[in-house]
Amino acid sequence: MEKERILELQKIATDIRLGALRAVYNAKSGHPGGALSSADILACLYFSELNIDVNNPKWEDRDRFVLSKGHSCPGLYATLAEKGFFDKSELDSFRHTGALLQGHPDMKAISGVDMSTGSLGQGFSCACGMALGAKISGKSYRTYALVGDGESQEGQVWEAIMFAAHYKLDNLCLIIDSNGLQIDGCVKDVMNVMPYEPKLEAFGWNVITIDGNNIEEILAALEAARAVKGKPTAIIAKTTKGKGVSFMENQASWHGKAPNEEQYNIAVSELTEYKNQLGGNK
Amino acid sequence: MADKIATREAYGKALLEFGAKNENIVVFDADLAEATKTCLFKKEFPERFFDCGIAENNMMSVAAGISTTGKIPFVSTFAMFAAGRSFEQIRNSIGYPHLNVKICATHAGISVGEDGATHQCNEDLALMRTIPGMVVMNPSDGVEARAAVEAAINYEGPVYIRFGRLALPIFNEEGYKLEIGKAVKLKDGKDVTIVASGMMVSEALEAREILAGEGISASVINVHTIKPLDKEAIVNDAKITGAVVVSEEHNIIGGLGSAVAEAIAEAYPVPVVRHGVNDVYGKSGPAKELIEYYGLNANGIVKKAKEAIALKK
Repeated sequence: MEKERILELQKIATDIRLGALRAVYNAKSGHPGGALSSADILACLYFSELNIDVNNPKWEDRDRFVLSKGHSCPGLYATLAEKGFFDKSELDSFRHTGALLQGHPDMKAISGVDMSTGSLGQGFSCACGMALGAKISGKSYRTYALVGDGESQEGQVWEAIMFAAHYKLDNLCLIIDSNGLQIDGCVKDVMNVMPYEPKLEAFGWNVITIDGNNIEEILAALEAARAVKGKPTAIIAKTTKGKGVSFMENQASWHGKAPNEEQYNIAVSELTEYKNQLGGNK
Repeated sequence: MADKIATREAYGKALLEFGAKNENIVVFDADLAEATKTCLFKKEFPERFFDCGIAENNMMSVAAGISTTGKIPFVSTFAMFAAGRSFEQIRNSIGYPHLNVKICATHAGISVGEDGATHQCNEDLALMRTIPGMVVMNPSDGVEARAAVEAAINYEGPVYIRFGRLALPIFNEEGYKLEIGKAVKLKDGKDVTIVASGMMVSEALEAREILAGEGISASVINVHTIKPLDKEAIVNDAKITGAVVVSEEHNIIGGLGSAVAEAIAEAYPVPVVRHGVNDVYGKSGPAKELIEYYGLNANGIVKKAKEAIALKK
Protein backbone atom coordinates (compact mmCIF):
# COMPACT_ATOMS: atom_id res chain seq x y z
CA MET A 1 0.00 0.00 0.00
CA GLU A 2 2.75 2.41 1.02
CA LYS A 3 4.72 1.39 -2.08
CA GLU A 4 1.73 2.08 -4.28
CA ARG A 5 1.29 5.49 -2.71
CA ILE A 6 4.91 6.37 -3.35
CA LEU A 7 4.69 5.13 -6.92
CA GLU A 8 1.58 7.21 -7.46
CA LEU A 9 3.28 10.33 -6.12
CA GLN A 10 6.31 9.67 -8.33
CA LYS A 11 3.98 9.56 -11.31
CA ILE A 12 2.28 12.78 -10.25
CA ALA A 13 5.68 14.45 -9.79
CA THR A 14 6.56 13.40 -13.31
CA ASP A 15 3.31 14.85 -14.61
CA ILE A 16 4.12 18.07 -12.75
CA ARG A 17 7.50 18.16 -14.49
CA LEU A 18 5.84 17.59 -17.86
CA GLY A 19 3.29 20.32 -17.14
CA ALA A 20 5.96 22.78 -16.00
CA LEU A 21 7.98 22.19 -19.16
CA ARG A 22 4.86 22.49 -21.30
CA ALA A 23 4.24 25.91 -19.76
CA VAL A 24 7.81 27.14 -20.14
CA TYR A 25 8.10 25.79 -23.68
CA ASN A 26 4.93 27.52 -24.81
CA ALA A 27 5.87 30.74 -23.03
CA LYS A 28 9.33 30.67 -24.61
CA SER A 29 10.53 31.90 -21.23
CA GLY A 30 10.26 31.06 -17.54
CA HIS A 31 12.14 29.05 -14.95
CA PRO A 32 12.35 25.29 -15.53
CA GLY A 33 15.32 24.45 -13.26
CA GLY A 34 13.73 25.15 -9.90
CA ALA A 35 10.34 23.89 -11.03
CA LEU A 36 11.88 20.52 -11.80
CA SER A 37 13.90 20.37 -8.59
CA SER A 38 10.81 21.03 -6.46
CA ALA A 39 8.29 18.81 -8.31
CA ASP A 40 8.53 15.92 -5.84
CA ILE A 41 7.95 18.27 -2.91
CA LEU A 42 4.90 19.78 -4.62
CA ALA A 43 3.51 16.34 -5.42
CA CYS A 44 3.82 15.29 -1.77
CA LEU A 45 2.31 18.52 -0.48
CA TYR A 46 -0.68 18.74 -2.82
CA PHE A 47 -1.43 15.04 -3.17
CA SER A 48 -0.73 13.86 0.36
CA GLU A 49 -0.05 16.52 2.96
CA LEU A 50 -2.24 19.58 2.41
CA ASN A 51 -5.78 19.69 3.71
CA ILE A 52 -7.38 21.69 0.90
CA ASP A 53 -10.60 21.68 -1.10
CA VAL A 54 -10.41 22.27 -4.85
CA ASN A 55 -14.07 23.24 -4.84
CA ASN A 56 -13.54 25.80 -2.09
CA PRO A 57 -10.10 27.28 -2.72
CA LYS A 58 -10.56 30.07 -0.16
CA TRP A 59 -11.81 27.73 2.59
CA GLU A 60 -10.69 29.51 5.74
CA ASP A 61 -9.54 26.36 7.56
CA ARG A 62 -7.43 25.05 4.69
CA ASP A 63 -3.73 24.44 4.96
CA ARG A 64 -1.73 27.17 3.22
CA PHE A 65 1.16 26.89 0.81
CA VAL A 66 3.33 29.83 -0.17
CA LEU A 67 5.74 29.46 -3.07
CA SER A 68 8.20 32.02 -1.78
CA LYS A 69 10.52 31.21 -4.69
CA GLY A 70 7.76 32.48 -6.97
CA HIS A 71 9.76 32.08 -10.17
CA SER A 72 9.34 28.30 -9.86
CA CYS A 73 5.64 28.76 -10.56
CA PRO A 74 5.54 26.56 -13.67
CA GLY A 75 5.78 23.70 -11.17
CA LEU A 76 3.08 25.16 -8.94
CA TYR A 77 0.79 25.85 -11.89
CA ALA A 78 1.25 22.32 -13.21
CA THR A 79 0.45 21.02 -9.71
CA LEU A 80 -2.66 23.16 -9.33
CA ALA A 81 -3.84 22.12 -12.80
CA GLU A 82 -3.17 18.47 -11.95
CA LYS A 83 -5.19 18.97 -8.78
CA GLY A 84 -8.05 20.51 -10.76
CA PHE A 85 -7.94 24.17 -9.69
CA PHE A 86 -8.01 25.17 -13.36
CA ASP A 87 -7.80 23.54 -16.76
CA LYS A 88 -4.46 22.17 -17.92
CA SER A 89 -4.83 24.08 -21.18
CA GLU A 90 -4.04 27.24 -19.18
CA LEU A 91 -0.44 26.01 -19.05
CA ASP A 92 -0.17 26.70 -22.79
CA SER A 93 -0.70 30.43 -22.32
CA PHE A 94 1.61 30.85 -19.29
CA ARG A 95 3.22 34.31 -19.48
CA HIS A 96 1.13 35.32 -22.50
CA THR A 97 -0.51 38.75 -22.59
CA GLY A 98 -3.95 38.60 -21.01
CA ALA A 99 -3.50 35.00 -19.83
CA LEU A 100 -4.42 33.66 -16.41
CA LEU A 101 -1.00 32.31 -15.47
CA GLN A 102 1.31 35.23 -14.74
CA GLY A 103 5.09 35.02 -14.80
CA HIS A 104 4.97 34.93 -11.01
CA PRO A 105 2.03 33.77 -8.86
CA ASP A 106 -0.94 36.15 -8.59
CA MET A 107 -3.25 35.20 -5.71
CA LYS A 108 -5.97 37.55 -6.90
CA ALA A 109 -6.46 35.85 -10.23
CA ILE A 110 -5.26 32.27 -9.92
CA SER A 111 -7.38 29.77 -8.03
CA GLY A 112 -5.36 27.82 -5.48
CA VAL A 113 -2.57 30.38 -5.10
CA ASP A 114 -2.43 31.48 -1.46
CA MET A 115 0.00 34.40 -1.86
CA SER A 116 1.34 36.58 -4.63
CA THR A 117 5.07 36.04 -4.70
CA GLY A 118 8.08 36.57 -6.88
CA SER A 119 10.09 39.23 -5.11
CA LEU A 120 12.39 36.92 -3.18
CA GLY A 121 12.31 36.83 0.59
CA GLN A 122 8.78 38.16 1.00
CA GLY A 123 6.62 35.07 0.61
CA PHE A 124 8.14 33.31 3.57
CA SER A 125 7.33 36.28 5.83
CA CYS A 126 3.76 36.19 4.50
CA ALA A 127 3.63 32.50 5.46
CA CYS A 128 4.73 33.47 8.98
CA GLY A 129 1.78 35.89 9.09
CA MET A 130 -0.62 33.12 8.04
CA ALA A 131 0.76 30.79 10.70
CA LEU A 132 0.45 33.50 13.33
CA GLY A 133 -3.13 34.11 12.20
CA ALA A 134 -3.95 30.44 12.78
CA LYS A 135 -2.32 30.50 16.22
CA ILE A 136 -4.20 33.50 17.53
CA SER A 137 -7.47 32.31 16.04
CA GLY A 138 -7.08 28.88 17.60
CA LYS A 139 -7.23 27.21 14.20
CA SER A 140 -5.42 23.98 13.44
CA TYR A 141 -4.45 24.53 9.81
CA ARG A 142 -0.78 24.45 8.90
CA THR A 143 1.26 26.72 6.66
CA TYR A 144 4.06 25.59 4.34
CA ALA A 145 6.55 27.78 2.53
CA LEU A 146 8.98 26.75 -0.17
CA VAL A 147 12.08 28.94 -0.20
CA GLY A 148 14.91 28.77 -2.69
CA ASP A 149 18.61 28.31 -2.10
CA GLY A 150 19.55 31.66 -3.59
CA GLU A 151 16.52 33.25 -1.96
CA SER A 152 18.00 32.38 1.43
CA GLN A 153 20.57 35.10 0.84
CA GLU A 154 17.84 37.71 1.31
CA GLY A 155 18.11 39.30 4.76
CA GLN A 156 14.33 39.23 5.08
CA VAL A 157 14.39 35.41 5.13
CA TRP A 158 16.46 35.54 8.31
CA GLU A 159 14.21 38.20 9.80
CA ALA A 160 11.36 35.76 9.26
CA ILE A 161 13.34 32.83 10.66
CA MET A 162 13.90 34.91 13.80
CA PHE A 163 10.20 35.86 13.93
CA ALA A 164 8.85 32.31 13.51
CA ALA A 165 11.04 30.96 16.29
CA HIS A 166 10.26 33.88 18.59
CA TYR A 167 6.51 33.35 18.23
CA LYS A 168 6.91 29.54 18.40
CA LEU A 169 5.14 28.95 15.10
CA ASP A 170 5.11 25.15 15.24
CA ASN A 171 2.27 25.23 12.70
CA LEU A 172 4.74 26.55 10.14
CA CYS A 173 6.97 24.41 7.95
CA LEU A 174 9.77 25.94 5.93
CA ILE A 175 11.07 23.83 3.07
CA ILE A 176 14.29 24.95 1.45
CA ASP A 177 14.62 23.68 -2.11
CA SER A 178 18.37 23.32 -1.83
CA ASN A 179 19.49 22.58 -5.37
CA GLY A 180 22.77 24.38 -4.79
CA LEU A 181 22.48 26.61 -7.85
CA GLN A 182 21.35 30.13 -8.64
CA ILE A 183 21.47 32.35 -11.72
CA ASP A 184 25.12 33.30 -11.44
CA GLY A 185 26.35 29.81 -10.57
CA CYS A 186 26.82 27.69 -7.45
CA VAL A 187 25.27 29.16 -4.31
CA LYS A 188 28.54 28.42 -2.51
CA ASP A 189 30.47 30.53 -5.03
CA VAL A 190 27.99 33.38 -5.49
CA MET A 191 27.39 34.02 -1.78
CA ASN A 192 27.73 31.12 0.56
CA VAL A 193 24.70 30.99 2.80
CA MET A 194 25.26 27.33 3.70
CA PRO A 195 25.22 25.34 5.87
CA TYR A 196 21.60 25.98 6.85
CA GLU A 197 21.30 23.46 9.65
CA PRO A 198 23.47 25.06 12.37
CA LYS A 199 22.12 28.52 11.57
CA LEU A 200 18.48 27.45 11.80
CA GLU A 201 19.15 25.45 14.95
CA ALA A 202 20.86 28.43 16.51
CA PHE A 203 17.73 30.47 15.75
CA GLY A 204 15.69 27.86 17.62
CA TRP A 205 14.30 25.78 14.78
CA ASN A 206 13.84 22.05 14.43
CA VAL A 207 15.75 21.01 11.32
CA ILE A 208 15.38 17.92 9.14
CA THR A 209 17.67 17.32 6.17
CA ILE A 210 16.49 15.02 3.42
CA ASP A 211 16.88 14.05 -0.21
CA GLY A 212 14.26 16.40 -1.62
CA ASN A 213 13.75 14.29 -4.71
CA ASN A 214 12.90 11.21 -2.68
CA ILE A 215 9.16 10.87 -2.10
CA GLU A 216 9.55 8.57 0.89
CA GLU A 217 11.90 10.98 2.65
CA ILE A 218 9.70 13.99 1.89
CA LEU A 219 6.62 12.28 3.32
CA ALA A 220 8.50 11.20 6.42
CA ALA A 221 9.88 14.71 6.99
CA LEU A 222 6.45 16.32 6.61
CA GLU A 223 5.04 13.86 9.10
CA ALA A 224 7.88 14.46 11.55
CA ALA A 225 7.41 18.22 11.20
CA ARG A 226 3.77 17.93 12.19
CA ALA A 227 4.72 16.19 15.42
CA VAL A 228 7.14 18.88 16.63
CA LYS A 229 5.59 21.32 19.09
CA GLY A 230 6.89 24.61 20.45
CA LYS A 231 9.13 25.48 17.53
CA PRO A 232 8.91 25.69 13.75
CA THR A 233 10.43 23.02 11.55
CA ALA A 234 12.65 23.52 8.53
CA ILE A 235 13.11 20.78 5.98
CA ILE A 236 16.37 21.19 4.10
CA ALA A 237 15.50 19.40 0.89
CA LYS A 238 18.65 18.58 -1.03
CA THR A 239 17.49 18.52 -4.62
CA THR A 240 18.84 18.39 -8.14
CA LYS A 241 18.14 21.45 -10.23
CA GLY A 242 16.53 20.42 -13.52
CA LYS A 243 15.71 16.99 -12.04
CA GLY A 244 14.39 14.46 -14.54
CA VAL A 245 15.75 16.02 -17.71
CA SER A 246 19.29 14.82 -18.42
CA PHE A 247 20.65 17.96 -20.06
CA MET A 248 19.07 20.30 -17.50
CA GLU A 249 20.26 18.52 -14.38
CA ASN A 250 22.73 20.50 -12.26
CA GLN A 251 23.02 23.25 -14.87
CA ALA A 252 22.62 26.80 -13.56
CA SER A 253 22.06 27.87 -17.17
CA TRP A 254 18.62 26.20 -17.03
CA HIS A 255 17.50 28.40 -14.15
CA GLY A 256 15.57 30.78 -16.36
CA LYS A 257 15.35 29.80 -20.00
CA ALA A 258 12.99 27.84 -22.16
CA PRO A 259 13.91 24.75 -24.18
CA ASN A 260 13.69 24.94 -27.97
CA GLU A 261 11.51 22.45 -29.83
CA GLU A 262 14.18 19.78 -30.11
CA GLN A 263 15.16 20.11 -26.45
CA TYR A 264 11.53 20.07 -25.39
CA ASN A 265 10.87 16.88 -27.32
CA ILE A 266 13.88 15.18 -25.74
CA ALA A 267 12.76 16.33 -22.28
CA VAL A 268 9.23 15.05 -22.82
CA SER A 269 10.43 11.71 -24.10
CA GLU A 270 12.82 11.27 -21.15
CA LEU A 271 10.12 12.06 -18.61
CA THR A 272 7.53 9.95 -20.42
CA GLU A 273 9.90 7.04 -20.54
CA TYR A 274 10.55 7.39 -16.81
CA LYS A 275 6.84 7.49 -16.15
CA ASN A 276 6.31 4.37 -18.22
CA GLN A 277 8.99 2.62 -16.20
CA LEU A 278 7.01 3.53 -13.10
CA GLY A 279 4.04 1.80 -14.69
CA GLY A 280 2.26 4.89 -15.88
CA ASN A 281 -0.51 4.21 -18.32
CA LYS A 282 -1.70 7.68 -19.25
CA MET B 1 -9.99 67.43 24.81
CA ALA B 2 -6.58 69.02 24.98
CA ASP B 3 -6.01 72.05 22.80
CA LYS B 4 -3.09 70.38 21.14
CA ILE B 5 -2.31 66.75 20.45
CA ALA B 6 0.11 64.98 18.12
CA THR B 7 -1.62 62.90 15.47
CA ARG B 8 0.49 59.90 16.58
CA GLU B 9 -1.03 60.25 20.04
CA ALA B 10 -4.53 60.37 18.56
CA TYR B 11 -3.64 57.29 16.50
CA GLY B 12 -2.60 55.36 19.59
CA LYS B 13 -5.85 56.27 21.35
CA ALA B 14 -7.92 55.40 18.29
CA LEU B 15 -6.31 51.95 18.10
CA LEU B 16 -7.27 51.41 21.70
CA GLU B 17 -10.82 52.60 21.11
CA PHE B 18 -11.49 50.64 17.93
CA GLY B 19 -9.43 47.66 19.07
CA ALA B 20 -11.85 47.22 21.94
CA LYS B 21 -14.77 47.06 19.51
CA ASN B 22 -13.17 44.93 16.80
CA GLU B 23 -11.23 41.88 17.90
CA ASN B 24 -9.90 41.27 14.39
CA ILE B 25 -7.62 44.25 14.80
CA VAL B 26 -4.03 43.17 15.41
CA VAL B 27 -1.07 45.51 15.75
CA PHE B 28 2.53 45.13 14.64
CA ASP B 29 5.41 47.38 15.55
CA ALA B 30 9.17 47.34 15.04
CA ASP B 31 10.57 48.27 18.44
CA LEU B 32 9.01 51.74 18.37
CA ALA B 33 5.78 51.16 20.26
CA GLU B 34 6.52 53.92 22.76
CA ALA B 35 7.12 56.41 19.96
CA THR B 36 4.38 55.35 17.54
CA LYS B 37 1.96 55.10 20.49
CA THR B 38 0.93 51.55 19.66
CA CYS B 39 2.10 50.97 23.26
CA LEU B 40 -1.41 51.98 24.36
CA PHE B 41 -2.91 49.05 22.43
CA LYS B 42 -0.07 46.76 23.53
CA LYS B 43 -0.83 47.39 27.18
CA GLU B 44 -4.55 46.72 26.83
CA PHE B 45 -4.44 43.90 24.27
CA PRO B 46 -1.05 42.17 24.61
CA GLU B 47 -2.38 39.01 22.93
CA ARG B 48 -3.08 41.02 19.76
CA PHE B 49 0.14 43.00 19.71
CA PHE B 50 3.28 41.65 18.02
CA ASP B 51 6.64 43.30 18.24
CA CYS B 52 8.66 42.33 15.21
CA GLY B 53 11.91 43.76 16.47
CA ILE B 54 13.89 46.05 14.22
CA ALA B 55 12.99 44.15 11.07
CA GLU B 56 10.46 46.23 9.15
CA ASN B 57 10.53 44.30 5.90
CA ASN B 58 9.50 41.07 7.57
CA MET B 59 6.86 42.98 9.51
CA MET B 60 5.18 44.29 6.34
CA SER B 61 5.02 40.86 4.72
CA VAL B 62 3.87 39.17 7.96
CA ALA B 63 1.03 41.71 8.04
CA ALA B 64 0.20 40.83 4.44
CA GLY B 65 0.05 37.16 5.36
CA ILE B 66 -2.09 37.55 8.46
CA SER B 67 -4.54 39.81 6.60
CA THR B 68 -5.40 36.81 4.39
CA THR B 69 -6.65 35.01 7.51
CA GLY B 70 -9.30 37.65 8.27
CA LYS B 71 -7.33 39.81 10.67
CA ILE B 72 -6.99 43.57 10.18
CA PRO B 73 -3.33 44.32 10.79
CA PHE B 74 -2.20 47.82 11.73
CA VAL B 75 1.52 48.13 11.09
CA SER B 76 3.49 50.92 12.64
CA THR B 77 6.98 52.29 12.52
CA PHE B 78 8.44 55.64 11.46
CA ALA B 79 7.48 56.86 7.98
CA MET B 80 11.09 56.57 6.88
CA PHE B 81 11.20 52.85 7.61
CA ALA B 82 7.66 52.06 6.47
CA ALA B 83 7.39 53.90 3.16
CA GLY B 84 11.14 54.16 2.69
CA ARG B 85 12.85 50.97 3.73
CA SER B 86 9.88 48.71 3.13
CA PHE B 87 8.57 50.30 -0.06
CA GLU B 88 8.94 47.13 -2.03
CA GLN B 89 7.33 44.89 0.60
CA ILE B 90 4.39 47.30 0.65
CA ARG B 91 4.26 47.36 -3.13
CA ASN B 92 4.56 43.62 -3.74
CA SER B 93 3.30 41.85 -0.59
CA ILE B 94 0.48 44.29 0.24
CA GLY B 95 -0.32 46.52 -2.76
CA TYR B 96 -0.21 44.04 -5.63
CA PRO B 97 -2.61 41.56 -3.98
CA HIS B 98 -4.63 44.52 -2.60
CA LEU B 99 -4.56 43.15 0.93
CA ASN B 100 -6.36 44.63 3.90
CA VAL B 101 -3.30 46.06 5.68
CA LYS B 102 -3.23 49.45 7.39
CA ILE B 103 0.22 50.99 7.38
CA CYS B 104 0.26 53.70 10.02
CA ALA B 105 3.53 55.57 9.84
CA THR B 106 4.49 58.11 12.44
CA HIS B 107 7.28 60.68 12.67
CA ALA B 108 6.78 61.94 9.14
CA GLY B 109 8.23 65.19 7.91
CA ILE B 110 10.53 67.89 9.24
CA SER B 111 8.59 68.21 12.50
CA VAL B 112 10.33 65.07 13.80
CA GLY B 113 12.81 67.62 15.06
CA GLU B 114 16.09 66.77 16.74
CA ASP B 115 16.59 63.32 15.20
CA GLY B 116 17.43 65.09 11.97
CA ALA B 117 17.59 64.22 8.28
CA THR B 118 17.86 60.42 8.49
CA HIS B 119 14.55 60.26 10.34
CA GLN B 120 12.64 63.10 8.67
CA CYS B 121 10.74 61.44 5.86
CA ASN B 122 9.64 63.99 3.28
CA GLU B 123 9.16 61.40 0.57
CA ASP B 124 6.58 58.95 1.92
CA LEU B 125 3.51 60.42 0.24
CA ALA B 126 5.27 60.40 -3.12
CA LEU B 127 6.30 56.77 -2.70
CA MET B 128 2.94 55.51 -1.45
CA ARG B 129 1.00 57.49 -4.04
CA THR B 130 2.62 55.60 -6.91
CA ILE B 131 1.34 52.22 -5.71
CA PRO B 132 -1.82 51.25 -7.61
CA GLY B 133 -4.85 50.84 -5.34
CA MET B 134 -3.19 52.33 -2.27
CA VAL B 135 -5.21 54.79 -0.18
CA VAL B 136 -2.94 57.54 1.18
CA MET B 137 -4.09 59.76 4.03
CA ASN B 138 -2.50 62.61 5.96
CA PRO B 139 -4.73 63.81 8.80
CA SER B 140 -4.55 67.42 9.90
CA ASP B 141 -5.26 67.15 13.63
CA GLY B 142 -6.02 64.67 16.38
CA VAL B 143 -9.72 64.50 15.60
CA GLU B 144 -9.08 63.80 11.96
CA ALA B 145 -6.41 61.22 12.85
CA ARG B 146 -9.02 59.26 14.78
CA ALA B 147 -11.47 59.60 11.90
CA ALA B 148 -8.81 58.35 9.48
CA VAL B 149 -8.26 55.23 11.57
CA GLU B 150 -12.00 54.59 11.68
CA ALA B 151 -12.32 55.08 7.93
CA ALA B 152 -9.38 52.73 7.32
CA ILE B 153 -11.02 49.98 9.40
CA ASN B 154 -14.24 50.32 7.42
CA TYR B 155 -12.40 50.20 4.10
CA GLU B 156 -11.32 46.87 2.60
CA GLY B 157 -7.84 47.24 1.11
CA PRO B 158 -4.40 48.71 1.70
CA VAL B 159 -4.19 52.08 3.41
CA TYR B 160 -1.21 54.26 4.31
CA ILE B 161 -1.77 56.91 6.99
CA ARG B 162 0.85 59.46 7.92
CA PHE B 163 1.06 60.72 11.49
CA GLY B 164 3.30 63.33 13.05
CA ARG B 165 5.29 63.66 16.25
CA LEU B 166 4.52 67.31 16.97
CA ALA B 167 1.45 68.37 18.96
CA LEU B 168 -0.94 70.21 16.65
CA PRO B 169 -3.91 72.47 17.40
CA ILE B 170 -7.32 70.81 17.18
CA PHE B 171 -9.71 72.52 14.77
CA ASN B 172 -12.00 69.73 13.64
CA GLU B 173 -15.00 69.17 15.85
CA GLU B 174 -15.32 66.09 17.97
CA GLY B 175 -17.40 63.41 16.28
CA TYR B 176 -16.08 64.51 12.87
CA LYS B 177 -16.07 61.72 10.31
CA LEU B 178 -14.16 61.66 7.07
CA GLU B 179 -14.93 60.01 3.78
CA ILE B 180 -11.90 58.54 2.05
CA GLY B 181 -11.20 60.52 -1.10
CA LYS B 182 -13.52 63.38 -0.23
CA ALA B 183 -11.75 66.67 0.49
CA VAL B 184 -13.14 69.12 3.03
CA LYS B 185 -13.63 72.70 1.95
CA LEU B 186 -13.05 74.68 5.11
CA LYS B 187 -13.37 78.23 3.78
CA ASP B 188 -14.60 79.93 0.63
CA GLY B 189 -12.54 82.49 -1.26
CA LYS B 190 -12.33 84.39 -4.54
CA ASP B 191 -8.66 85.13 -5.30
CA VAL B 192 -6.66 82.02 -4.52
CA THR B 193 -7.24 78.41 -3.43
CA ILE B 194 -5.08 77.06 -0.63
CA VAL B 195 -4.93 73.27 -0.77
CA ALA B 196 -3.28 71.76 2.29
CA SER B 197 -2.93 68.54 4.22
CA GLY B 198 -1.54 67.37 7.54
CA MET B 199 -0.10 69.98 9.84
CA MET B 200 -0.25 72.62 7.09
CA VAL B 201 -4.05 72.82 7.24
CA SER B 202 -4.16 74.88 10.44
CA GLU B 203 -1.36 77.04 9.01
CA ALA B 204 -3.46 77.50 5.87
CA LEU B 205 -6.36 78.79 7.97
CA GLU B 206 -4.00 81.28 9.60
CA ALA B 207 -2.57 82.28 6.22
CA ARG B 208 -6.12 82.98 5.04
CA GLU B 209 -6.52 85.49 7.87
CA ILE B 210 -3.24 87.21 7.02
CA LEU B 211 -4.22 87.39 3.34
CA ALA B 212 -7.65 88.79 4.27
CA GLY B 213 -5.88 91.57 6.13
CA GLU B 214 -4.23 92.50 2.84
CA GLY B 215 -7.49 92.38 0.93
CA ILE B 216 -6.89 88.95 -0.60
CA SER B 217 -9.67 86.38 -0.41
CA ALA B 218 -8.45 82.78 -0.10
CA SER B 219 -10.35 79.52 0.05
CA VAL B 220 -8.96 76.62 2.08
CA ILE B 221 -9.37 72.95 1.18
CA ASN B 222 -8.25 70.21 3.56
CA VAL B 223 -7.12 67.23 1.52
CA HIS B 224 -6.87 64.47 4.10
CA THR B 225 -6.75 61.85 1.34
CA ILE B 226 -3.87 62.34 -1.09
CA LYS B 227 -5.01 59.26 -2.99
CA PRO B 228 -7.62 58.91 -4.31
CA LEU B 229 -7.45 62.67 -4.79
CA ASP B 230 -10.68 64.65 -4.77
CA LYS B 231 -9.94 66.29 -8.12
CA GLU B 232 -13.44 67.60 -8.47
CA ALA B 233 -13.36 69.66 -5.27
CA ILE B 234 -9.98 71.14 -6.17
CA VAL B 235 -10.77 71.90 -9.80
CA ASN B 236 -14.16 73.39 -8.95
CA ASP B 237 -12.55 75.79 -6.51
CA ALA B 238 -9.77 76.64 -8.96
CA LYS B 239 -12.49 77.64 -11.41
CA ILE B 240 -13.61 80.25 -8.90
CA THR B 241 -10.21 81.60 -7.81
CA GLY B 242 -8.03 81.03 -10.87
CA ALA B 243 -4.90 80.28 -8.83
CA VAL B 244 -3.81 77.50 -6.48
CA VAL B 245 -1.18 77.12 -3.79
CA VAL B 246 -0.56 73.67 -2.34
CA SER B 247 1.01 73.32 1.07
CA GLU B 248 2.39 70.18 2.70
CA GLU B 249 5.13 69.06 5.07
CA HIS B 250 6.72 66.97 2.34
CA ASN B 251 9.11 67.35 -0.53
CA ILE B 252 7.52 69.55 -3.18
CA ILE B 253 8.29 66.69 -5.57
CA GLY B 254 5.82 63.85 -5.72
CA GLY B 255 3.41 64.56 -2.88
CA LEU B 256 0.19 66.52 -2.65
CA GLY B 257 1.70 69.44 -4.60
CA SER B 258 2.45 67.19 -7.53
CA ALA B 259 -0.91 65.45 -7.29
CA VAL B 260 -2.78 68.76 -7.39
CA ALA B 261 -0.59 70.14 -10.19
CA GLU B 262 -1.32 67.01 -12.24
CA ALA B 263 -5.04 67.30 -11.65
CA ILE B 264 -5.19 71.02 -12.44
CA ALA B 265 -2.97 70.68 -15.54
CA GLU B 266 -5.24 67.99 -16.95
CA ALA B 267 -8.60 69.49 -16.09
CA TYR B 268 -8.40 73.27 -15.77
CA PRO B 269 -4.94 74.80 -16.22
CA VAL B 270 -4.40 77.74 -13.88
CA PRO B 271 -1.23 78.67 -11.94
CA VAL B 272 -0.25 76.14 -9.26
CA VAL B 273 2.52 76.97 -6.81
CA ARG B 274 3.86 74.27 -4.50
CA HIS B 275 4.78 75.00 -0.91
CA GLY B 276 6.70 72.43 1.09
CA VAL B 277 10.20 71.13 1.65
CA ASN B 278 12.13 72.45 -1.29
CA ASP B 279 13.82 69.22 -2.45
CA VAL B 280 16.36 69.22 0.36
CA TYR B 281 17.06 67.02 3.39
CA GLY B 282 16.04 68.04 6.88
CA LYS B 283 18.21 69.03 9.81
CA SER B 284 18.38 68.58 13.56
CA GLY B 285 16.70 71.12 15.77
CA PRO B 286 13.57 71.73 17.80
CA ALA B 287 10.53 71.14 15.57
CA LYS B 288 9.22 74.66 15.95
CA GLU B 289 12.54 76.17 14.91
CA LEU B 290 12.77 73.85 11.92
CA ILE B 291 9.27 74.80 10.83
CA GLU B 292 10.42 78.43 10.77
CA TYR B 293 13.71 77.50 9.09
CA TYR B 294 11.95 75.72 6.24
CA GLY B 295 9.14 78.25 6.06
CA LEU B 296 6.51 75.59 6.73
CA ASN B 297 4.09 78.06 8.30
CA ALA B 298 1.35 80.55 7.54
CA ASN B 299 3.82 83.21 6.36
CA GLY B 300 5.34 80.72 3.93
CA ILE B 301 1.89 79.97 2.52
CA VAL B 302 1.07 83.68 2.22
CA LYS B 303 4.23 84.27 0.17
CA LYS B 304 3.46 81.36 -2.16
CA ALA B 305 -0.20 82.38 -2.45
CA LYS B 306 0.86 85.79 -3.70
CA GLU B 307 3.18 84.12 -6.22
CA ALA B 308 0.27 82.07 -7.51
CA ILE B 309 -1.92 85.15 -7.84
CA ALA B 310 0.87 87.04 -9.67
CA LEU B 311 1.01 84.24 -12.23
CA LYS B 312 -2.60 84.76 -13.26
CA LYS B 313 -2.87 86.05 -16.81
